[in-house]
Amino acid sequence: MQSQATYNYKVIRQFTVMTVVWGIVGMLVGVIIAAQLVWPELNLGEYLSYGRLRPLHTNAVIFAFGGCSLFATSYYCVQRTCHTPLFAPGLAAFTFWGWQVVILLAAITLPMGMTQGKEYAELEWPIDLLITVVWVSYAVVFFGTIVKRKTPHIYVANWFFGGFILTVAVLHLVNSAAVPVLSSPIWKSYSAYAGVQDAMVQWWYGHNAVGFFLTAGFLGMMYYFVPKQAERPVYSYRLSVVHFWALIFTYMWAGPHHLHYTALPDWTQSLGMVFSLILLAPSWGGMINGVMTLSGAWHKLRDDPVLKFMITSLSFYGMSTFEGPMMSIKTVNALSHYTDWTVGHVHSGALGWVAMIAIGCTYYMLPRLYGKAEMFSVRLINIHFWMATLGVVLYIASMWIAGVMQGLMWRATNPDGTLTYAFVDSVKATYPYYTVRLLGGFLFLSGMFLMAYNSFKTIVGGRAYDAPVLAPSGAGLSPLAAAH
Amino acid sequence: MSDFVNSFWSIYVTVISLVSILACGLLLWQQSSHKHSPGKTTGHVWDENLEEFSNPLPNWWRWLFYLTVIYALIYLAMFPGLGSFKGAFGWSSVGQYDAEQKLAETNYGPIFEKYRSQDIKTVAASSEGREMGQRLYMTYCSQCHGSDARGAKGFPNLTDKDWLWGGTSEKIKETLTNGRDAMMPAKGLKPDLTPEQIVDLATYVRSLSGLSKDDGRAAKGKELFAVACAACHGPEAKGVTGVAPNLTDSHWLYGSSEPDIVETITRGRVNRMPAFGEFLGEAKVHLLTAYVVSLGGSEPDPAAAPTANGAPPAPTEAAGK
Repeated sequence: MQSQATYNYKVIRQFTVMTVVWGIVGMLVGVIIAAQLVWPELNLGEYLSYGRLRPLHTNAVIFAFGGCSLFATSYYCVQRTCHTPLFAPGLAAFTFWGWQVVILLAAITLPMGMTQGKEYAELEWPIDLLITVVWVSYAVVFFGTIVKRKTPHIYVANWFFGGFILTVAVLHLVNSAAVPVLSSPIWKSYSAYAGVQDAMVQWWYGHNAVGFFLTAGFLGMMYYFVPKQAERPVYSYRLSVVHFWALIFTYMWAGPHHLHYTALPDWTQSLGMVFSLILLAPSWGGMINGVMTLSGAWHKLRDDPVLKFMITSLSFYGMSTFEGPMMSIKTVNALSHYTDWTVGHVHSGALGWVAMIAIGCTYYMLPRLYGKAEMFSVRLINIHFWMATLGVVLYIASMWIAGVMQGLMWRATNPDGTLTYAFVDSVKATYPYYTVRLLGGFLFLSGMFLMAYNSFKTIVGGRAYDAPVLAPSGAGLSPLAAAH
Repeated sequence: MSDFVNSFWSIYVTVISLVSILACGLLLWQQSSHKHSPGKTTGHVWDENLEEFSNPLPNWWRWLFYLTVIYALIYLAMFPGLGSFKGAFGWSSVGQYDAEQKLAETNYGPIFEKYRSQDIKTVAASSEGREMGQRLYMTYCSQCHGSDARGAKGFPNLTDKDWLWGGTSEKIKETLTNGRDAMMPAKGLKPDLTPEQIVDLATYVRSLSGLSKDDGRAAKGKELFAVACAACHGPEAKGVTGVAPNLTDSHWLYGSSEPDIVETITRGRVNRMPAFGEFLGEAKVHLLTAYVVSLGGSEPDPAAAPTANGAPPAPTEAAGK
């Protein structure tokens, strides 16, 4: 049943360790800027000011933490479900080092103020070119592995990873199109698009960065690691087919809801809104399939903190993907837009869904990558889980309250039509909520330190292990398998 | 104004939008019609134990999906969303904005209009008028001049008696209506000033209000001042309203320390008070003027204009820093 060959775990180990490292770095910067909103004196000089650190935070958590986690889990999943080692292992190693260089360059250039000024696409053109090379290599490794698979069918997790890789390539190329100045400073460039078209391209990119980088890719993780950890079959194959195609198709249209009541034409805003509403069911399809996979195994939640991370992440996923379509409705958006409600919404997705599923998957993989049965301390995972959960809840609850309050304050008028509150009144009223948010973020970050310790002890107590490639039969596990 | 250069693109985008929405419903309908074996797996196995149940789509989920598709079609029939089709309700964001503006004008216009016919002093004296002015101030002015109107670096204090552009209610209203542009050229009229000479100048300027005592440098600075600065600030540095600030008083818009003044001389200063006349309309500007006057720093209305040669008009402390 087992051949001599082993799966390529080395690149996965590298990406997994860096997931933990960048998770701490990215969230630390997040906690610092949250503290700056409570104590503005913490804006220490140009390089550490809020405006420079904020893009560093978003880039670090999305592309460094989230990115490393996606590389690690997709490489783990695609080899094991294709029953073959990674295609082009040299190229796979390049994706690791190339991606780390991208992250380092981001960490240097963003505090220096080198930016294209596009949210989540701040990096300047030389770094954009490097990202393109790394991403194409990633696609070659991933799809190359799919091509040489030993199974007739492609497992559902790989559809999502594949969709994510292809779409992010398109998004990156289109939105980052820019004309370099090519004089001093050499790294500076200007967007290839102008005015409202630039805004539309940016938010077509921005929303799909959420939709594909942070949703489709992480649903790929969910489809592999949840059934693995629960040791149950995926709830419904049919549901995964429908929600996959509907999700990747519909997300493409939703970008304009970021530009409600702007210079964007009304018809574009309306389309963005209705497609965001249609997106609700396809998004929830993933949640149902994940949560219902546990039916018949709910008892496992009692004492398996890794599964707790995964199922809680799905709950937050369901919550954010309900909230998103709701906030895309023009009249709701009129209240929520530009307030901290948006920030709360983003973090219920980013901390609750993205970070928690990534953490769960890391806890699943790490011992297996180092030849151990489980993490150094399961109890520490449990404590991490409760710190993370409490942190997210404090974060999003405070930002919801702050956001709705800001929206209501900004629209309140006196009997003579003048505004009841000056803008600065709403800033003052938000202070206590910024403090609660800081506490929530701090709790979440502290949990990451526990994870780092637990990971360190697991790695030190084990040794690098490459599992042997399995023959694709699964014989004995499924009576129907023989029919194929 | 149409968003489309010609009707082809409107039809093109309409067809793509409708086909896309219907395709979502069609995918769902087509996939729902498959046969399922609930509780049984599909028979495919990956990585030892990864399997999938052949469960059908949950009914409530299916109907939720259909419902959003139907809602999308109804919405696009009612609101603009399909090319240049305006929708049954004829709604547009510009139309909504205009309607709300008009309604606000009808409802609130008379409240403001009542004050426009009163003179500034009367408005400033009435507590209701002052409060309305203050609310407008908090919305439109406090970002720069501060909630207490005491200003900040680069933004003048409105509560003192120092007026760069004149402090009569008429002048204040003019400032609010048309805005002001101010520019101090770098190194004044002597572009070849050396860094050393700039420090001499700064020393002299500071000595005028007793901030510096270095008589050697100040004397050198005084000679330079006559060449580089006196044309605008006047031979005695007492300034000219609307031209250049008085440098002998204790008001400093950009700071009074030596480095601050060296920076002002070396790099010059450019500043702008935006115009609010067209944006807010005369009635609101009138109320804002009354509020600024009520802060107590304004000059009496029939004030004598400062003379061109900078002679101090007796009771007024003319344009500052």
